[in-house]
Amino acid sequence: MNLGIFLEQVPDGDGTWWEMLASGLGWTLGATFFAWIIAFVLGSIVGVVRTTDKRWLVRAGNAYVELFRNIPLIVQFFVWYFVVPGLVPAVKRWVVTLDPTEHQFVTAVVCLGLFTSARIAEQVRSGIQSLSYGQRNAGYAIGLTQVQTYRHVLLPMAYRIIIPPLTSEVMNLIKNTSVAYSIGLTELFFRTSEMAEMTFRYFEAFTAATLIYMVIAMSANRVMAFIERRVAVPGYITGGK
Amino acid sequence: MGDLDFDVIRRSLPYLLRGLQYTVQLTLAAALGGTVFGTLLAMARLSSFKPLALAAAGYVNLMRSLPLLLVIFWFYFLVPVLVQTVMGWERPPPIGAERSAYVTFIMFQAAYYCEIMRAGIQSISRGQVGAAYAVGLTYWQAMKLIILPQAFRNMLPVLLTQTIVLFQDVSLVSLLNVTDFVGAAVKIAQRDSRVVEMYLFVAVVYFILCYALSYLTKRLQQKIAIVH
Repeated sequence: MNLGIFLEQVPDGDGTWWEMLASGLGWTLGATFFAWIIAFVLGSIVGVVRTTDKRWLVRAGNAYVELFRNIPLIVQFFVWYFVVPGLVPAVKRWVVTLDPTEHQFVTAVVCLGLFTSARIAEQVRSGIQSLSYGQRNAGYAIGLTQVQTYRHVLLPMAYRIIIPPLTSEVMNLIKNTSVAYSIGLTELFFRTSEMAEMTFRYFEAFTAATLIYMVIAMSANRVMAFIERRVAVPGYITGGK
Repeated sequence: MGDLDFDVIRRSLPYLLRGLQYTVQLTLAAALGGTVFGTLLAMARLSSFKPLALAAAGYVNLMRSLPLLLVIFWFYFLVPVLVQTVMGWERPPPIGAERSAYVTFIMFQAAYYCEIMRAGIQSISRGQVGAAYAVGLTYWQAMKLIILPQAFRNMLPVLLTQTIVLFQDVSLVSLLNVTDFVGAAVKIAQRDSRVVEMYLFVAVVYFILCYALSYLTKRLQQKIAIVH
């Protein structure tokens, strides 16, 4: 164990190894943040659509979820990074104007956003379906439209109920950003393996990454437990401690 | 789109199939090994001997908070060193990523199966445990004859769903240059400059296989559900 390695300069860059890891962590959290926004918005729309009474909408929503669930994440990364620009000339023309880092980051955000949205859609659907049908009917009975019923009756309940599974989706998203290593995004795992390979300090580099990921996991857990307590629906068991 | 050449798939099919064979082997080995260790871990987590329960919980939580990719690289680096230490050899043996991946996935999968088996064991009413002890069974007999068979049956669909996730996760070993299905496709794609065709093909094959498997799992779930 040689902790001094973290203070040593990176051979072909500016800064020390711990600064490299910190910058990697920044990319990891940045990609997580933007991907989560995409995932939450799209996932909510698809999840809601799957609980409506329009059969074709339900089918389309189910197909969306199945598509993203049944292809490995790394293959999805390759599809967004290589196949889509290769097949769509407009994307190709846009992508060549970006610098490589921007291209990798945009790809990672889009890929992780859509991948996670399918999982969130599943949670939102089950959250809405866990509510008794009487709530929906009550909404209609007092004269709300379908959109209003979702907005004021069903979704406020559903979101509060699915906070625990959404917590684990945030965690999964953070862990999944490591797969962006496959397209060369300089996120935390990329920097870790770079450090290990260039300094041969595998043990130190991997231990540092392990500790960082554990701290992220624990803090995400604490923050979500706090939110969970604040918004828990009285009378529902939501698993918070 | 005129310059796509899907013939590259036909030409490289034997190589791709060998990759797929490795993927399936690794999945099955990890599913079997993971089930055994995962069940033992679950029993440890539920043990009344606190240090054992804590150690098992610590292991499971550690594994579940780390990205699989990091775990794959950890084991790739650690397994040769551990073998060297245990055997007392002078230098670490050349184990290679292909073989260390078996250890990785069994250990990683065990943590996820553990949580499923724990839920399965806890779904059996305590009265059954009491009844087993009352007729004179030991702890291991009660587990083997009464609790675990029911826990497995209740949790089989969840275990299978987790195994489909595992089947997809195996693709990450391609980042250690292992020739699994994805690794084979990457190598052909780069050699022949046919990235679009190869990755599209890989995506379609995975989709068909995983969709079919999850459909079968759903059917099985309806079939084996215990009617109350």
